[in-house]
Amino acid sequence: MSLRSPLGKVLGRGSAGEGVGHWWIQRVTAVALIPLTLWFAISLLSQPLHSYEAVRGWLGQPWVAVLTIVLVFTLAWHSKLGVQVVIEDYVHGKGAKTTLLLLSTFIHVLAATAAIFALLVLALS
Amino acid sequence: MNQRPLSPHLGVYKFMYTMSLSIMHRMTGCAATVGFLAFVWWLMALASGPAQYAAAMQCLSSPLARVLLVGFVFSFVYHFCNGIRHLVWDTGRGLERAQARRSGAVVIAASLLLTALVVWLGCAALSGGAP
Repeated sequence: MSLRSPLGKVLGRGSAGEGVGHWWIQRVTAVALIPLTLWFAISLLSQPLHSYEAVRGWLGQPWVAVLTIVLVFTLAWHSKLGVQVVIEDYVHGKGAKTTLLLLSTFIHVLAATAAIFALLVLALS
Repeated sequence: MNQRPLSPHLGVYKFMYTMSLSIMHRMTGCAATVGFLAFVWWLMALASGPAQYAAAMQCLSSPLARVLLVGFVFSFVYHFCNGIRHLVWDTGRGLERAQARRSGAVVIAASLLLTALVVWLGCAALSGGAP
């Protein structure tokens, strides 16, 4: 016998009201990050990193900038989802848990915005 | 409340290295998040101008920063390799005990090799363009 209501069963969203959304987005971002991080690592490691002009010129190219923005956005999202699960699993006090979840969300939004802003500056100025 | 029986937790299971691999996935994920924040700081320094970028690179060449960088590289690489293992599991494949143990060993070997490769290439990239 199931205790779930017929409506709940049809909607399939569970108690958090988002269904498999969290799990699924974590997988989608994970798959996207495979080629993105491989490309970025190979590309970054072939730059003379102490040369400001060289690194700036590399990241300022249109496609490099666009792909790096996509990378940063995807990475921040994946990281936010992962840290959220860790906090939910290991922090038990309601106040501490809520505070850390909020803090993590704010830091991730700030980091992603800063990185995208920096890349736009490099590409457009 | 406290008198209620608890379901068996980790302590009742015989230790197997795949358990360490599992918790390491979370730990390296958290470390990679810190590495991501450091990367954002580096990008902001690059966008701020040559002086700030030189200062950031100076900061990154300290012995402590070098050790942290190697740690971040290992964390990213391990999370990358073990993440692929998880994605394969998500398709329902490789979940047999022997398979999971074998893929765990492959992940350890691959992460150590890739970390060494990235650190080697990183040293070459860091020696380029020095003033």
